[in-house]
Amino acid sequence: MFKTFPTYTSLYERIWYYGFRLFCGLVFVFLMFPILVILPLSFNAGDYFTFSPEMLRLEAEGYSLKHYRDFFFNSDWHLATYNSFRIAPMATLLAVTFGTLAAIGLSQSHVPYRKVIMAVLISPMIVPLIISAAGMYFFYSRIGLQGTYIGVVLAHAALGIPFVIITVTATLVSFDKSLTRASANLGAGPVRTFFKVQMPLILPGVISGGLFAFITSFDEVVVVLFVGSASLKTMPWEMFNGLREQISPTILAVATVLVTLSILLLTTVELLRRRSERLRGVSAA
Amino acid sequence: MKFSKVLTATSSAVGLVVAGSSLFAMDLTVVSWGGAYSQSQIDAYHDPYMAKNPDVNFIYDESGAESVARLRAMKEANNLTWDLVDAVASDAIRLCDEGLAMPIDADAVLASAPDGTPASEDFGDLIINECFIPQIVYSTTFGYRTDVDEWNGRTPSTVCDVFDLKNFPGKRALEKRPINNMEWALHCDGVALSDVYDVLSSDEGVARALAKLDTIKDQVIWWSAGADTPQLLADGEIVMGSTYNGRLFNLIVEKGAPVDMLWDAQAFDLDGWIIPSGLPADRLEAVFDFVNFATDTQRLADQAKYISYGPARKSSAPLVGKHATLGVEMGPHMPTAPENSRNVLIYDYVWWADFRDDLDQRFQAWLAQ
Amino acid sequence: MRALLLIAPLLAFVLITFVMPIADMLFRSVENGIVSDILPRTSAAIKDWNSQGVDDLPHENVYRNLLVDLTIAVKRRTQTRVGSRLNYEAAGISSSFRRVGRGLRSFNTEPYSNYFIHQDENWGDTGYLEQLFSNPRISAALPSSASAFRTWQTDFSSDQIITPDDFVFVALASDLSTLANDKVSDLGIDSLRTAHADIDQLSTSSIKHMFIEFDKNWGDVNLWKTIKTFSPRYTDGYFLNAVDLKRGIDGVERRDQSERIYLVLFVRTAVMSLTITVLCILLGYPVAYLLAHLPLRKANLLLILVLLPFWTSLLVRTSAWKVLLQQEGVINDILVTIGLVDDAARLVMINNQFGTIVAMSHILLPFMILPLYSVMKTIPPSYIRAARSLGATPFTAFWRVYFPQSLPGIGAGSVLVFILAVGYYITPELVGGVKGTFISNRIAYHISSSLNWGLGAALGTLLLVAVLILYWVYDRIVGIDNVKLG
Repeated sequence: MFKTFPTYTSLYERIWYYGFRLFCGLVFVFLMFPILVILPLSFNAGDYFTFSPEMLRLEAEGYSLKHYRDFFFNSDWHLATYNSFRIAPMATLLAVTFGTLAAIGLSQSHVPYRKVIMAVLISPMIVPLIISAAGMYFFYSRIGLQGTYIGVVLAHAALGIPFVIITVTATLVSFDKSLTRASANLGAGPVRTFFKVQMPLILPGVISGGLFAFITSFDEVVVVLFVGSASLKTMPWEMFNGLREQISPTILAVATVLVTLSILLLTTVELLRRRSERLRGVSAA
Repeated sequence: MKFSKVLTATSSAVGLVVAGSSLFAMDLTVVSWGGAYSQSQIDAYHDPYMAKNPDVNFIYDESGAESVARLRAMKEANNLTWDLVDAVASDAIRLCDEGLAMPIDADAVLASAPDGTPASEDFGDLIINECFIPQIVYSTTFGYRTDVDEWNGRTPSTVCDVFDLKNFPGKRALEKRPINNMEWALHCDGVALSDVYDVLSSDEGVARALAKLDTIKDQVIWWSAGADTPQLLADGEIVMGSTYNGRLFNLIVEKGAPVDMLWDAQAFDLDGWIIPSGLPADRLEAVFDFVNFATDTQRLADQAKYISYGPARKSSAPLVGKHATLGVEMGPHMPTAPENSRNVLIYDYVWWADFRDDLDQRFQAWLAQ
Repeated sequence: MRALLLIAPLLAFVLITFVMPIADMLFRSVENGIVSDILPRTSAAIKDWNSQGVDDLPHENVYRNLLVDLTIAVKRRTQTRVGSRLNYEAAGISSSFRRVGRGLRSFNTEPYSNYFIHQDENWGDTGYLEQLFSNPRISAALPSSASAFRTWQTDFSSDQIITPDDFVFVALASDLSTLANDKVSDLGIDSLRTAHADIDQLSTSSIKHMFIEFDKNWGDVNLWKTIKTFSPRYTDGYFLNAVDLKRGIDGVERRDQSERIYLVLFVRTAVMSLTITVLCILLGYPVAYLLAHLPLRKANLLLILVLLPFWTSLLVRTSAWKVLLQQEGVINDILVTIGLVDDAARLVMINNQFGTIVAMSHILLPFMILPLYSVMKTIPPSYIRAARSLGATPFTAFWRVYFPQSLPGIGAGSVLVFILAVGYYITPELVGGVKGTFISNRIAYHISSSLNWGLGAALGTLLLVAVLILYWVYDRIVGIDNVKLG
């Protein structure tokens, strides 16, 4: 924590040094505190969003697992969990399949209208969600997809595609073209080359793109609210409704579960990123 | 069945997507208002029904407040995802006028009273049009906290104390739509309760009501779900707020919150089921079967064991007794009890069916300013 | 070519699932078929009416056509929809349509059928009318009655009834009274000629009079102007409304003070997004600087503190802020406990602009830190050292040498944060109350509650244009290909 300064460092510089670090520390607190504060509150024995005196005195009766019980045994939350886990993987699968193919296509030289195509493919990430949701609501209604499982999956796949494109293109940028040529010289066909040479190298990009697509769908609420229906409600939908109506700290229990999930996802993405950089010989950053 | 759902959820996470609909013989989406009210319906209607019909699964949607908008949208989208909707009287009139709710023959669909009185007679004039299946009589009124120091021991005694920021400072919750708010505002601006709808029919009357609301606007938290006000009162986020009397009963008697109820100029209203028009035959049959069960004499009386709303059937009234778990006599907590209904606002649902669009437009513009 | 084959499936997929929905929204912002679909005859009849003053109401025939249209609409239960549509333009119209829909039965239209049938019994016979209107020349000369009769035949008639409803005769009266003598003679039908000769006789049972008697609003010129203005199939009305304008008597004019809300909302959205962006720069810049200058292991560790919120569900973070900011929430509790704030005077930090700004700054901060960090990592530390050794003070070295090189990072982060902020919906909805909401919340309101889809679409289109301009700027600064994640 304390740093040994050279003797000529002025007092002003020392104050600046610690002041700067203090400020950064406060920003980190700002970033993490809201997430950390809900963890203990989710074990609240009461029904309110506040720390009870018993909790502050660390007495056992201030804490309980009742909100977790509520989450695990309530049929509404069951349905929401079930829907979340049947929508997000399908949307991810679609986004990754189409996205990876397109990213490979885009990375080849001389693609006509490359910039325009790229702009169109990235647009679901740029257009505000409420506008996408409104448009999808109107259009999916016309073609009978509104309120259907397929409709929500397609909508979420569209939202996840930009992430796949971006991450896969990024791994392909540093991809050494001589490898495919070498493979071809050794007699491998394009399909074999793809699975044996290209795929292993871009796989980290594909997986992290997939994880982005997954979390995009898993965390998405605006489009589900418009394109979905009550029988398709997802966890974010249920949380949104709960927050609007200020119901119970069950939401905080769900939040804690979701934070755990995001820690897992984050770790995976980080490990993949480092592995990919190691493989491609880029120094870890 | 519940556990299998969790199982499928887990398996689909690893990529095995199982078609969810095959798990149940029949999913019925029932729309209601959430919170203590929905719970009372689940306790009195849905759970007993499911015990008898294990192949029916209910999906609960809590967007009762948006039922007109959502049903209109579903019609526009040609995709009906609701099977049964809990609606207040004025919404039911609008839905029926617009062909969004299905006209039904009360005596054919609904059960007769135990003594054989046909349903249409048992419900009487609470059947306000050919689509409405009445359930309860309720009122919208104010709850206030009893531990506000700034009030120096005073407690609100009339609805106009809501507009009195000097004697009763603090945040108050009002519904995020014009209904009731406009009537109360005019009443507290000196209009007799019996004249409010005449005054409100003119542009000047609307402006006058909004001007009165302006005086407390910056102290108001606007609620849109029936569960909001009880939670805000319990959390101490507000000192008083309007909500349905049954929610306040639940908060005060069941949860024991330091809250009391104001029985002044409360708005009397009806609430019931409507069946969306355009249901496929198999779902309609299931809905009819459920509605027949859920609105019979015993079920309506049962609901009054969980929440203080008056059952809509004459034959249910003698069966209303004590609260299911607390053993409290429910009669004195009903909005219809004589000591509670000395000064009431006879809420004009026909007027509101006609004027709702107009006033919503003005009210929302006023709110956004 | 092979490249295009690889791209084509995705392009097709995005076009169908995403681009066409956006196009549909753009279309909805000008589409206005509802008035001419539900009130086709009235829309046609009112075309020639140009009001000269408050007493200059439409002609009797317009009212007759309205009666015909409404009778059919009530049967189909669509009269409330046109009322709701027009109510968006002038509050008060919806109730007029609803009430007249219920009261139409009380209008005495019998004189109309009597007039014709007394002249010639054939008029009361469906077969006769069918034969008459099967002649294309007659159908063309009597458009309202021809279509009214056909609608009656398909929607209203049954085997037992052979005499058409009164409204068909009202339509016939309207058609005939607009025709000149020689036109009627040209048709060569005696019964028409006879009916035409005395048609003015029917003015004694004026439909116009019945409407105004029933509800004085139908005698209000402004109501009719609204109907006329919004009867074409396409309209710029939604866009005008979206910027607080309307089509008045002398062209476009500003809306009344009490109805102006959208410009304020656009400005509020922009100002609050800007505030959030500036806050993110102020909080994010030092952190990114610290991360870029720490040893790699430490930096990676601290980076997790930035990435974890980034990966955490938006709703989790929003609920966290709700917990923190409430009056009985964690922050107020802490402040009261340490005595900074009196228990009776707890701070109001939620359901207002403050709540939205704080929660959204938190949610968007990683989007500022990450691009800043990646830019700062590429700035060689030797530059600063060179500046220092040439005699610059630490501040000068930073301000003149380092800061300019980090500007691309600020630019990229700012545009990203701003683009995301202007389109936010969930967080403002949950913590913004009334004053802290954005234009997105209004769009959602119009789409799911007020059902003014056209206005929602117009507001959405304006927001979309704003975002696309920013996107273009972003592309200029960073290039879309260079967007990095995580």
